[in-house]
Amino acid sequence: MSDTNKLFEKLSGKFGDKILNTAFAFGEPVVSVDKKAIREILLFLKEDKDLSYDMLIDLFGIDYPGEKPRFEIVYILRSVKQNNRATIKTRTTEDGIDTVSNIWKAANWLERETYDMFGIRFKDHPDLRRIYTVDDFEGHPLRKDFPVEGYDYDKPFTVILEEEKA
Amino acid sequence: MTESKYMTLNMGPQHPATHGVLRFVLELDGETVITSVPHIGYLHRGIEKLMECKTYWQSEPFTDRLDYTSGMSNNLAYCLAVEKLLGIEIPKRAQYIRVMLSELQRIAAHILWLSTHALDLGAMTLFFYGFRERENCLKLMETVSGARLMPDYIRFGGLREDLPDGFLAMAKTFIDDFPSRIDEYETLLTKNIIWKKRTQDIGILSAEDAINYSVTGPVLRASGVNYDVRKAYPYSSYEDFDFEIPLGTKGDVYDRYLVRLLEMRQSVRIVKEAIKKLPEGPVRASAPEYIAPDKNAVEKDIAALISHFKLMADGLKPPVGEAYTSIESSKGELGFYIISDGTSKPYRVRIRPPSFLNLASIPRMIEGALVADVVSAIGSVDVVLGEIDK
Repeated sequence: MSDTNKLFEKLSGKFGDKILNTAFAFGEPVVSVDKKAIREILLFLKEDKDLSYDMLIDLFGIDYPGEKPRFEIVYILRSVKQNNRATIKTRTTEDGIDTVSNIWKAANWLERETYDMFGIRFKDHPDLRRIYTVDDFEGHPLRKDFPVEGYDYDKPFTVILEEEKA
Repeated sequence: MTESKYMTLNMGPQHPATHGVLRFVLELDGETVITSVPHIGYLHRGIEKLMECKTYWQSEPFTDRLDYTSGMSNNLAYCLAVEKLLGIEIPKRAQYIRVMLSELQRIAAHILWLSTHALDLGAMTLFFYGFRERENCLKLMETVSGARLMPDYIRFGGLREDLPDGFLAMAKTFIDDFPSRIDEYETLLTKNIIWKKRTQDIGILSAEDAINYSVTGPVLRASGVNYDVRKAYPYSSYEDFDFEIPLGTKGDVYDRYLVRLLEMRQSVRIVKEAIKKLPEGPVRASAPEYIAPDKNAVEKDIAALISHFKLMADGLKPPVGEAYTSIESSKGELGFYIISDGTSKPYRVRIRPPSFLNLASIPRMIEGALVADVVSAIGSVDVVLGEIDK
């Protein structure tokens, strides 16, 4: 527990009002931060010698339509040295959030996936293309307003060919 | 007009060595790889989206279809996440059986990996040897669950039902015999000069790179990083078992091969211990609010029948919250992040597939390698597209 208190102290000492909330969920620390400082905070967590969260286990989005800003991005970090985990959360609109792919290479594909599924653009990402769906796919499937059966799912192939010609 | 010095070669998606529908675009200078770009998504089924539209019960069979070589582990990861939200305690017997089955599943998955990887590199005999043992292992899965590949046997609160009669004896026979089979594989490969030439110093991933790319599982451990979820965050009573984490030194294809072989030996050890220590008792938690009662009780007791009906019709409703759990599957850290909004359907399910991030590190591994080594490197990572594409 003392280790995680250290995390909260260090973060609020260094970033002050950029840290919006700290809590525990099932014994693990969860920190909500301002998206403007997300890159600095994650870089600090990685480089700091005491904390050394050197592994980005996961990065993904959550859609809360009707709330502002609409999307939440969750970063799950892990320190191989200290053997502990931390969850960092931030809220963003689809316009953009700083990429962390220059901190962790792993973020490259994870951010591409988040872009594909939610349409959140990551600023300065080296290769922001869709990863699962085709390049000319319309919409972002994991948004809550995207129908689960998709658009035009039962259109016969011949009709699609006709449309493409026209 | 300027002429390009390099040749672009498309590998896949229908290529036997890419283990599924994976496509690589390689830029070559002669036979040397300059850059490589993997393309995935051919098998994307939108499992995360589908899970948002189904009750917690109904979503479970999807997890079998993620990493289709280790269905039991996927069931376990999903159930652990939901159980964390529900806050229920699982009986010891069920926990031990879960451990036993996930280790058997790890053996089956590693044999499949070894056989196909060896086949890619031209060692065909091992493919026949491996599938012989894998079949025995899958028979064990079939005995407990009725299905070889898609077991759907581990359920919220415990197991679908207790182990069938005679299972432990069957498992014991397999487990007692299996180490001698691993020796057989080793006689074919470990000191084989062709195997060594195809695997040593190929596809090297340094420890720093492995951590930076968030690689997990045997690939990470072959690079010498000691991280195994079973030890780091013990789940399902793994802390009761005595086993070691095999580590590599160099992080090349050969090390990954050795690490997986040693892991199979450790799995044998865990299964043996689980059979020996298996306690008596129920295999399903008693939490009438969330967990359906035993099928026998449903046929005799009206209260149990009502509870069963209500849970099956409405679905269970975990309290509002978010939980992340992960397990060590045969490929690496398989995580589930589930958000419950208090209704019978999850608000969001995030699956962290280990192969996805392991695959992302392949371009780093094969920088400057020869085309033939690309096959070796892809094989060594053990990618399963069912899980990458979700």
